[in-house]
Amino acid sequence: MEVSVENLTKSYGFQKAVENISFKVNTGEIVGFLGPNGAGKTTTMKIITCFMGPNEGDVKVGGISVQTNPEEVKRHIGYLPETNPLYKEMPVVDYLRFVAEIQNVPKLKIRDRILEMVSVCGLKGEKYKKISELSKGYQQRVGLAQALIHDPEVLILDEPTSGLDPNQIVEIRELIKKIGREKTVILSSHILAEVEATCDRILIINKGKLVADGTATSLRQQAQGKEIVKVTIEDGDRNEIYRNLQGLSSIELVDLLPNYTQAFEVQSKVAMSSRRAIFQLCAEKGWVLTEMTPVERKLEEVFRDLTITN
Amino acid sequence: MNQIWIITKRELRSFFDSLMAYVMIVLFLGFSGFFTWIFGSDIFLVGQASLQSFFGISFWSLFFFIPAITMGLLAEEQKSGTIELLVTKPVSNWQIIMGKFLAAFILIGITLALTIPYYFTVAGIGKIDHSAVLMGYLGLLFMSASYISIGLFASSLTTNQIVAFLVALFIGIFFHLIFGLVGSSSGGWFASLLGYLSLATHFESMARGVIDSKDILYFLSIIFAGLLGTELVQSRRNASN
Repeated sequence: MEVSVENLTKSYGFQKAVENISFKVNTGEIVGFLGPNGAGKTTTMKIITCFMGPNEGDVKVGGISVQTNPEEVKRHIGYLPETNPLYKEMPVVDYLRFVAEIQNVPKLKIRDRILEMVSVCGLKGEKYKKISELSKGYQQRVGLAQALIHDPEVLILDEPTSGLDPNQIVEIRELIKKIGREKTVILSSHILAEVEATCDRILIINKGKLVADGTATSLRQQAQGKEIVKVTIEDGDRNEIYRNLQGLSSIELVDLLPNYTQAFEVQSKVAMSSRRAIFQLCAEKGWVLTEMTPVERKLEEVFRDLTITN
Repeated sequence: MNQIWIITKRELRSFFDSLMAYVMIVLFLGFSGFFTWIFGSDIFLVGQASLQSFFGISFWSLFFFIPAITMGLLAEEQKSGTIELLVTKPVSNWQIIMGKFLAAFILIGITLALTIPYYFTVAGIGKIDHSAVLMGYLGLLFMSASYISIGLFASSLTTNQIVAFLVALFIGIFFHLIFGLVGSSSGGWFASLLGYLSLATHFESMARGVIDSKDILYFLSIIFAGLLGTELVQSRRNASN
């Protein structure tokens, strides 16, 4: 079931939280929603899940509009809100039963679904405990279990791994990946590594506007443009190497790396590669080239570029 | 209907789990029992086999107890954010509101049902007017439903339970007392309008054993107005959140 967001705008008073955002998520796709705090991630998710209405534009889930038929849309969505609100005074199984009933899971299946969720989300030892007695990580699992209990076609997860320990994070990521093979998943995060590890596609949103849309690799390339390599050259004078490198025609900038004596970061001019030239230079001068590594721009930097300069 | 009942069940369970229900029942029975049987113008002083004094006391004790039951119904959901869970499930605002209304009403129903032994006791003492008792209970139920709906409305306005409690009492006291007092102390069409708006008038006529469609219509209008107000506040909040 696909989710399409069309020219969505939402403002709180005079402040625009989301401005004219459009994107489409297909079945079997896991999309990561990235952005600094207050960028509009949560607002967009709240509109998709029918918690609030848009000012302009529309969201369609499987072709059904959230404005004209929210009841039908809500049936197909599993939602884990950012704050993960739960009825804390209820025991885990009772709570899951309540959610299953209200999600119209057939009576005969409720028991099985609860047991399945308890085992999938690793809640076996906690299922009879009151939710308020659980740690934050376990509460997060309960939140995830309630979002999954009716086997929804679309899963909206607002920062699903917050509060989990590293092992749990890995487990939950695997779970999301597994679910994402058949379902449509939209998750938000500001942990880039997480989005990169789980998502097929990344949407970066800043100040209510969509600033990037693509895979992690394509975003990197898009932002990179210039080739950067780290080279270590031994058996030569540092300053001489520096001068010679700068003399190469394809090189725009050479940086001495502060913590090494013989390592340099070399940035080529746009659309040029200087790796061959560096090698030939070393061969000519009798220097030993011990390292030449392309420096990949980290997604963090891409993210910073997109969200700060904009 | 099914969705409403699921919400009602959860609310009822939370009333009983949080001991709220037991506190309410014990306090109500203690309070009304004390004044009905032991103290003041109690049943023995009246010298008649009637539950009038019990109805008179319940009229006041329910007035105070009901806002305590309803104050958390929506305010707490809004405060803890669980309203987001509920609203994003396939239920409408009406279903949520009706579910909560019904839960509070059932709790009051259970509480009142526990006073039925009073009726048997009094019936054993002398000749009791059965229809007056029936109508009295019916009156209490209608009154409770009215105050539940007002309390629910008050609860929808705020995230603070105490504020919800006080607002419910504030709105309630007009129907309970002020309209009646002002209405009877002045004259003219305005006074009769206030007299009509006074809940006490309608309750008393029912408790005397008189059934009148006007009274029932009156209670139903208050219930409906309260629920409608709650619905409007809820749907506006969701739209503009």
